[in-house]
Amino acid sequence: MSAALNGLTILAVCAGAFFFLAGTVGLLRFPDTLSRLHALTKADNLGLGLVVLGLLFQAEGLLAALKLISVWLLALLAGATVTQLIAHTARPSGPQA
Amino acid sequence: MAFDIGLALLVLGVGAWTVAARDTFAAVVGFVAYGLLLALIWVRLAAPDVALTEAALGSGLTGGLLVGASTRLRRAETRAVDERQPATLRLAAAVLCALVSAGVAAIVLLLPEPAPTLAPQAMVNMAATGLGNPVTAVLMAYRAIDTLLETVVLLLALVGIWSLAPDRVWGGVPGPRHQAEPDGLLTFIAQLLVPVGILVGIHIFWIGSVAPGGEFQGATILAAMWILAMMAGLADAPAVSRRWLRLMLVAGPAVFLTIGLTGFAVAGSFLACPESHAKLLILIIEVPVTLSIAATLALLVAGPPERARGR
Repeated sequence: MSAALNGLTILAVCAGAFFFLAGTVGLLRFPDTLSRLHALTKADNLGLGLVVLGLLFQAEGLLAALKLISVWLLALLAGATVTQLIAHTARPSGPQA
Repeated sequence: MAFDIGLALLVLGVGAWTVAARDTFAAVVGFVAYGLLLALIWVRLAAPDVALTEAALGSGLTGGLLVGASTRLRRAETRAVDERQPATLRLAAAVLCALVSAGVAAIVLLLPEPAPTLAPQAMVNMAATGLGNPVTAVLMAYRAIDTLLETVVLLLALVGIWSLAPDRVWGGVPGPRHQAEPDGLLTFIAQLLVPVGILVGIHIFWIGSVAPGGEFQGATILAAMWILAMMAGLADAPAVSRRWLRLMLVAGPAVFLTIGLTGFAVAGSFLACPESHAKLLILIIEVPVTLSIAATLALLVAGPPERARGR
């Protein structure tokens, strides 16, 4: 049982790490701000989500699991908001349009 | 081991990049990243209390202050960049920095093995404080005077910022008025996040007596929530001459000092307290101190008054 859980953790955390890697490569390689933001949100949302999913299999008790999920939800909320704000300021037509 | 070496190299790299960055804003971003990496190192050193403080205060709040400063400096920046300091001055600065670094390195490297520590004594006497977290016991009981002075220093910093206000807005409202957009993104996030954040801040403060956390970390989160509400335009900053605000700012240090002085009467020295009431007294100090720190930090970020009161 614990071997299976460990396997699931490794799988999910590796998948999460892949999204972080892909997001970072995108941040470095994409040509403009909006595409770079798009790459970053994948790292934040999916990458962190998969890492949290992986850690859920190791969580001690319901409270620890809920804390992990709230960390992800708060990061989602903050990430999405900041991305929108940056995109709003950065788009070619300017912040007002 | 490889991870730690990588982390250390990364911190050194980010630090060097921050120093070398020509653009002030870029340097600030580097500083924030540097702080977050330092927090990771503190976690690796099994010091989660310090890590929390570094992430919240050292990186987050100081980062916010520096972003504000770099925005204000932007107009003067082109001139500052063109202006090259004389080589002797730069050389002197480099030598001084190198000497300080060498001194710190020597102190760390010359420590006897194992390094001297007061940790066992701190653990032995912790029961007397009624606390479960040795770090909080050090901050609130063994070295309470340091914590008292820290709260006073924060207040002095705020007085320094307020004194930058021009005469006509003296005692006025800090920062520009932020208009709330009913359907705006900031309004949405402020309405959703502020209640959650206040809860998290109180939790971090409260848990500090038994686990990593404490008043400075909790107060930083509370301050951040107030700043968010102000930025979203949901709550205008108060005029700095408001009596309730002044009272809130001095309540923490004042209660701290009062209890410290009663220590002379009941236990024979400054900041001493009878063992039977230690936990209660610490709590009575901590609540107003947390509120005062939160208000001070938020107003530090809000900056000097820019508008006359009532406008």
